[in-house]
Amino acid sequence: MLRYIYANDLHKFSDLAHSMFVDRADQFKTRLGWDVNIDQAGEERDEYDALNPLYVIWEQPDGSHGGSMRFLPTTGRVMVNDIFGHLTGGVPIQSPFIWECTRFCLSRDASSKVAGALMLGGGEIMRNFHIDHFVGVFDRRMIRIYRSIGSSPEVLGTEGIGRDQINVGLWEFTPSSYDMVAQRAGIAPEISRMWFDRSFGGSADLPMALSA
Amino acid sequence: MIQLVLGRMANRINLDKILKILEATSTLEGIQDVIEKVRDLFEIDHIVYHWVDSAGEQYGCGTYSPEWVQRYLEQGYLRTDPVITGCFQRFHPVDWKRLDWSSKSARVFLKDALEHGVGNQGYSIPIRGPNGQFALFTISHDCDDQSWEKFTEKHSRDLILLAHYFNRKALDFEPNRTPEQSRTLSPREVDVMTLLAMGYSRAQVAETLSISEHTLRVYVESARFKLGALNTTHAIARAMSRGLIVV
Repeated sequence: MLRYIYANDLHKFSDLAHSMFVDRADQFKTRLGWDVNIDQAGEERDEYDALNPLYVIWEQPDGSHGGSMRFLPTTGRVMVNDIFGHLTGGVPIQSPFIWECTRFCLSRDASSKVAGALMLGGGEIMRNFHIDHFVGVFDRRMIRIYRSIGSSPEVLGTEGIGRDQINVGLWEFTPSSYDMVAQRAGIAPEISRMWFDRSFGGSADLPMALSA
Repeated sequence: MIQLVLGRMANRINLDKILKILEATSTLEGIQDVIEKVRDLFEIDHIVYHWVDSAGEQYGCGTYSPEWVQRYLEQGYLRTDPVITGCFQRFHPVDWKRLDWSSKSARVFLKDALEHGVGNQGYSIPIRGPNGQFALFTISHDCDDQSWEKFTEKHSRDLILLAHYFNRKALDFEPNRTPEQSRTLSPREVDVMTLLAMGYSRAQVAETLSISEHTLRVYVESARFKLGALNTTHAIARAMSRGLIVV
């Protein structure tokens, strides 16, 4: 299932959170060889994890991490503007309707369904929070994965080659892309909405009925 | 239909005027005055803008009755108010229906709030500024669920922008604040806005600058936000009047 968790709530899901940061170490350090920091617990964290980002996490049936990504609003500090500003035509991207998506990570034993499920989670965020675009930082391998789940970003800029290649890309939300991502992920939109409501509080039972 | 569209345009023009007043404001009283104007424009019961600066000092302005503000402080509701606990340190807009009102203290608070005319519906937009600055922009109203859904669906984008523009103003009041550069346009944004101001279509601008329309939309969006405008037309007008672009 998909969970949407702010960093300051991760302690309520400590096993899930730990396995996410360990999988990130595995993906970004071991597999991609990026220059990232791994702490004593084997977790990969960076300074943006300290800004209370929102994580979208696929939880495996055994409770461990299957895949995840991290969101921050571009109205605050974000990686694309701090570090990769030269890849976006020198334009600092800043809008309440654009969020940054980084650290898209898939665990080694994640099924092929997980990437699509995460993208669908991204679609829920866009639909519910009035987000028009995500701007993201990702490795070359992800371009193929994004294409296969029906959600290709437009690449704004690229640097490095081979496995060191880093891209800055842009996703746009359209209702038709939401439907397509749901279909390819094999997840009914109703289920996806249920997971979203579970994390953000449903609008079904109204305490406000008290007022009547 | 035409009436509806015209009504919406008039609303936008008025909101743009109000934003200009906000921008020119240099006092807390000025912000209070603008909040009342916005409330009247949207024809809702209340708007409250509340912020905590980087030094931990709290400020607020809004249209709640002085009795309710007094009561809120006396009862220490800041600790139990689900709107505060549900929005603090977050960054997504929240309809009050999605908050957790299940605890006894939350229900006591809700009952009291209703009795003080806060309204049974609410929508809050949390904002994180630099260095731990935090703000909450809230609208509330008394109406049925359906009307409220219609209202938020129609206006939430403008409200989200307003919330950020209010916060930008509040940041101007921060002691020792260093002037931020984020409100000047980058060369690329100047190009984009200049061509749009000259009457180029989006497709033509994209082609001239060898970027996709997709990318263009993001540049325009970014520039619009920096300029404190509601839409592209207003953004171009702002850029011209500030001399950022010359046509």
